[in-house]
Amino acid sequence: MDVARTEVAAARKGTARGSAARLGLMALPVAFFAVFFAWPVAAIVARGLKADGVWQFGRMADVVTQPDIRHVLWFTTWQALASTALTLLLALPAAHVFARLDFPGKQLLRAVVTVPFVLPTVVVGTAFLALVGRGGLLDDLWGVRLDTTVWAILLAHVFFNYAVVVRTVGGLWAQLDPRQEQAARMLGASPLTAWRKVTLPALAPAVAAAALMVFLFTFTSFGVVQILGGPTFSTLEVEIYRQTSEVFDLSTAAVLTLLQFVAVGAILAVHAWTVRRRESALRLVDPKVTARRPRGAGQWALLAGVLLTVVLLLVLPLAVLVQRSLDAPGLGYYRALTDADGGTFLVAPLHAVWTSLEYAVAATAIALLIGGLAAAALARRDAGRLVRGFDALLMLPLGVSAVTVGFGFLIALDRPPLDLRQSWILVPLAQALVGAPFVVRTMLPVLRAVDGRLREAAAVLGASPWRVWREVDLPLVRRALLVAAGFAFAVSLGEFGATVFIARPDNPTLPVAVARLLSRPGELNYGQAMALSTILMVVCAAALLVLERLRTDRTGEF
Amino acid sequence: MLLSLEAATVRLGGRPVLDAVGLDVAEHEVVCVLGPSGSGKSTLLRAVAGLQPLDSGRVLLGGRDQAGVPAHKRGVGLMFQDHQLFPQRDVGGNVAFGLRMHGVGKGQRDTEVGELLELVGLPGAARRAVAGLSGGEQQRVALARALAPRPRLLMLDEPLGQLDRSLRDRLVVELRELFRRLGTTVLAVTHDQGEAFALADRVVVMRDGRIAQSGSPLEVWQRPADEFVARFLGFENVVPATVSDGAADTPWGKLPVPDGSPQGDRPLLVRPAGVRLVAADEGLPCAVTARTFKGTHVAVRLLPRDGGPPLEAACALRAAPEPGAEVGLAFDAAEIVVLG
Repeated sequence: MDVARTEVAAARKGTARGSAARLGLMALPVAFFAVFFAWPVAAIVARGLKADGVWQFGRMADVVTQPDIRHVLWFTTWQALASTALTLLLALPAAHVFARLDFPGKQLLRAVVTVPFVLPTVVVGTAFLALVGRGGLLDDLWGVRLDTTVWAILLAHVFFNYAVVVRTVGGLWAQLDPRQEQAARMLGASPLTAWRKVTLPALAPAVAAAALMVFLFTFTSFGVVQILGGPTFSTLEVEIYRQTSEVFDLSTAAVLTLLQFVAVGAILAVHAWTVRRRESALRLVDPKVTARRPRGAGQWALLAGVLLTVVLLLVLPLAVLVQRSLDAPGLGYYRALTDADGGTFLVAPLHAVWTSLEYAVAATAIALLIGGLAAAALARRDAGRLVRGFDALLMLPLGVSAVTVGFGFLIALDRPPLDLRQSWILVPLAQALVGAPFVVRTMLPVLRAVDGRLREAAAVLGASPWRVWREVDLPLVRRALLVAAGFAFAVSLGEFGATVFIARPDNPTLPVAVARLLSRPGELNYGQAMALSTILMVVCAAALLVLERLRTDRTGEF
Repeated sequence: MLLSLEAATVRLGGRPVLDAVGLDVAEHEVVCVLGPSGSGKSTLLRAVAGLQPLDSGRVLLGGRDQAGVPAHKRGVGLMFQDHQLFPQRDVGGNVAFGLRMHGVGKGQRDTEVGELLELVGLPGAARRAVAGLSGGEQQRVALARALAPRPRLLMLDEPLGQLDRSLRDRLVVELRELFRRLGTTVLAVTHDQGEAFALADRVVVMRDGRIAQSGSPLEVWQRPADEFVARFLGFENVVPATVSDGAADTPWGKLPVPDGSPQGDRPLLVRPAGVRLVAADEGLPCAVTARTFKGTHVAVRLLPRDGGPPLEAACALRAAPEPGAEVGLAFDAAEIVVLG
């Protein structure tokens, strides 16, 4: 009896030590998400469903049955479905080309394909406006305008999410062992059958995960629709913004936010499930060994088709954007940016560059701290169910849409006990909330991949736990940390949905300034928006290219 | 005793992986723990290293109880199964790691790293990247790294496990000589009996978290303690027997046993060398079912005509019969062991 009791006590002591370390790591991220995410969301719920201190769940039904709201819901869903289908259609061949073909300039093409993903939605919107909008390239050449149709939105969504599919699906595809297909061939399968029976099933979970991600991004699309949708097209996200800032119907906005919250939660749950399935038991090999030079007319045609798509869909809009920004004598639009007399702002638009950079640095620091701690806690071998649940929770701000975050900040953090309305830190906090999931997603696989026995080897050689972390973990994750920082920085620079709610009028960020310039009439405002967008694009692309250089190993999920 | 385990017990998921293990290792002794995978031998090393907490029992190093002493303060070395070299450091950085952790200055570190690399047969390799090393070279670097902080006890987990046969045979001799020269106290685990017998002063056979037998390589080889040890050492001619008056009743007939063998119902081992082929009309009639060339001899597999389990005989290369041949068998008492 006594022996048994001591043993139980000893076992419990071991577990207790692990939990204490985990709790220590988790404390800050949990507190951060509680204060800056859970509380604002709770405030939204209360605002939407509570009137005079009484819960009124009937309001949900009231709002949903309004014809114009139903129209918004319908449009949000079908445009997301159409965008996802179109993205898969155009990007899956590219995923194959990147995974299985080897050709000169592949690295460059990979970078080109990835740039749009980190570009701010506002830049994407502006670029497509320059291509297919009023006075755009197609308008000039053939008198074709698409900005009054849904096609502008769909194309911009494809532009934005092309990289998601190419990276998620292509990344896995490149690591699938071609010998599995060869084994099927040796057993008598035709090339097509071998692909269908061996490669496709292995790939399906990745395709599903990518499709869900694209659906999520397009379902909650804000900047693109705000700029290209005009008065005709409005997604849930845009409608929430409109209800808040134009109609001032906060309770309707709150109900809509809740609707979106539920939808996004469901999509993320399905996504988490497909990701777990993807992790199961695939034999992966080094991607370098699976790519071959193109052979035969079919493969060359495929490569040419993908190149053409990339040029027309990804490169052309950005080229037109740059060209339009230069379309005034003597860099006129750029020079106008230094001038505060435009009347749109209290400060010169160029000032927004510095504001954005300052905010981005602060947001990156916060996101790295919060996301890094969370990843360290999640990566521990003894992470339990509760902690894994927190993993899913961390993803929520990513999907729950920036507008929710911004709106929540607006109504929750503007009065005691926490009144941050006047504080500059409000914007970086919101941006860090959106950026932290990227940090977690980038760091987690790398931290998990660090072999626990390396740490043990260091410990046996005399390294204390702190030195083990410094000598073993840090050197191995330094690169991932930099990549995460780059992502957080780019996300923060381009963040629009949350920032537009809370940025102070005299201190707009770049995306906010672009959107405001676009909302004003006149050639000069339009040109300045193009110029400012170009600057934003260059900064983001530069950040990404630095990332690509760092990222010779294809780690992380983005 | 440098190392003593007293009733050391580790449970993983409710199952005992180490079950009240007691083991002593004296200074300068080389002890090899031998056992099939899952017998708990790696857990034994991890428990001594402080990487695996004990559920009960004690680990003593130099007479001192190690409970609550973390791995980095125990002063033991552990060479991991697949070496676990730090990938971001070069060879010199790996070897110097333990010295750095113990606060050895840069100048002395460099000198010692050079000496250690010389010792393991990799002179001047300090600036090489570990990724470019062959398996044998990695093994040498891992050894140098483990030796560098001068641990009072060096533990090796399957030290030669992943290397190919010829390299293994060479390295095991080198290791043996090196440990003898340095006077290192070594506790190694392996599943390869050849490795254990070549390396160790003393062999400890483990089964299901318990120690099945402990003794010098010769003792263990000549007198396996029980059927498990005999079979693990590769002997297949084990049958149930009833021993009385210098003879054993077995399914293969009445077999002679050495004088002083224990009496009663016990398993009986006949080493293949003790199975002699004689004319078909003498001894135990058998059919030859297969023969396998073993380099120095031929292993002949035989099936008794009158029932009973198949058995194996070791034959001189020329004398080996063809499969299908009919032979008779006679047995040498000297090669027969009554097991416990």
